[in-house]
Amino acid sequence: MSYAASHRSKESENISDTSSFITVKDLYKTFHTPEEKVEVLKGINLTVSKGDIFGIIGFSGAGKSTLIRCLNRMEIADSGVIRIGEHQIQDLPKKELNLYRQKIGMIFQHFNLFDSRTVFQNVAYPLEIAGYSKKEIKHRVESMLELVELGDKINSYPGQLSGGQKQRVGIARALANQPDVLLSDEATSALDPQTTLSVLDLLKDINRKLGLTILLITHELDVIKYTCNTMAVLEKGLIVEKGPVRDIFFNPTSETAKLFVKINANFSAKQWVFEGEAI
Amino acid sequence: MNLHNRGGFEVIKSAFGPEVWAIVAPAILDTLYMTVLTMIFTLVLGLFLGIVLMVTAEEGLQPRPLFNKALGAVVNVLRSLPSMILIILTLPLSRLFIGKAYGPEACIFALVVSCVPMFARLVESSILEVSKGKIEAAKAMGTPNIPLITKVLIPEALPSLIRAYTIAVIAIISVTALAGSFGAGGLGDVAVRFGYSRFKTDILIAAVLVLVILVQVVQFIGDGLSKYITKKRFLI
Repeated sequence: MSYAASHRSKESENISDTSSFITVKDLYKTFHTPEEKVEVLKGINLTVSKGDIFGIIGFSGAGKSTLIRCLNRMEIADSGVIRIGEHQIQDLPKKELNLYRQKIGMIFQHFNLFDSRTVFQNVAYPLEIAGYSKKEIKHRVESMLELVELGDKINSYPGQLSGGQKQRVGIARALANQPDVLLSDEATSALDPQTTLSVLDLLKDINRKLGLTILLITHELDVIKYTCNTMAVLEKGLIVEKGPVRDIFFNPTSETAKLFVKINANFSAKQWVFEGEAI
Repeated sequence: MNLHNRGGFEVIKSAFGPEVWAIVAPAILDTLYMTVLTMIFTLVLGLFLGIVLMVTAEEGLQPRPLFNKALGAVVNVLRSLPSMILIILTLPLSRLFIGKAYGPEACIFALVVSCVPMFARLVESSILEVSKGKIEAAKAMGTPNIPLITKVLIPEALPSLIRAYTIAVIAIISVTALAGSFGAGGLGDVAVRFGYSRFKTDILIAAVLVLVILVQVVQFIGDGLSKYITKKRFLI
């Protein structure tokens, strides 16, 4: 076992570490269909420290989306503990759950902007829900749109924007109410490579400027390599590997992680050859 | 004037004559009065009922499967009855509440009962078309159910809701015409009493013409409004 791997396993024991901001402990989730029951999460343990950009990678059906959706209780786990900050979220009553969700930003693969609202109104939405005054909303929305560099699109409708611009609005909307955590559910999977880079740059920028904790899930190793400090590999409902991105990338121990690195290397090599030919 | 003793052209010319319109014009007002009143009731009650159906469904925002099934059954029963039967069935109710079973007011009861369930189902299906992702996003931002309905579902479904309401209004006009022959008055009444019973083809033509124009105007306004909103949002 390499140094990195042993270091990693030691870290995973520190699950109740007080410095961790998000703690997930023994999380189980099973979906029941009439024909069968599908165990999606089979005992997830995870800690994310404050201000980290944490990436979770896995193939389709590994349970990534279910895991991230458990964090704001869009999906109700069967058992286990989820703690974010001082909130123990699985026990929150409905009203408090809504207040808590207002402090968790989330961005989506298909953006999920409201077509009936302009860019301004989309970003204003979470503030309206939280009950801010009109003046406060205007001030906040304008500064948010400045942050995502969409000040000139303030009165446009989502229908007029490109995919990258839509995701920027999604990010501004997710950040408008100054959340403690940003959850990113495959936020760049529907974007072209160049736009993906600019959106990831924005996420890194926000992380640095606001000290925001970001948890993102993806099926692309490049996204994690480019953005995250720490990562976890999810395989069939279990975390098979976690630790600093660099360690896992250079020293994958699980089958899934090895496969991801191999695929990544293949693609990069091809790209390089292609670029070489083009020159 | 009818086709038994006059030529076709003369009958049509007479359909635009002052004698015919002296009978048809007041009937237009009666029809509009009934239609507009029913439109208002249908809009309010149908929207409410449709949203209740959607919210309480098994996959809805606040699932109440038993209540939903019962309500759905009532709606289906009302929808499966032909409007004519509903009008006859609700006449005693009109007598009970309004004190008479004839005239425009009396038939509004029947019109509402026959049009609300239809519009409610249209509202339900319009709102179900709002993408799951938008609802997810709204929920993830901590939106309680009422603002979710008023700030997200209704605005997002608005073009589709307007088209649904257009269909409902046209149905209301057609049922209003039918109610005419049950003592409600209006264009349907004129068409039956004069055009059918007394062979006054010119009056029949005039009444039908007005009904056709009414429906065309409603469809034009509905389509236009729905398209305007869709265009404003750059969705087409």
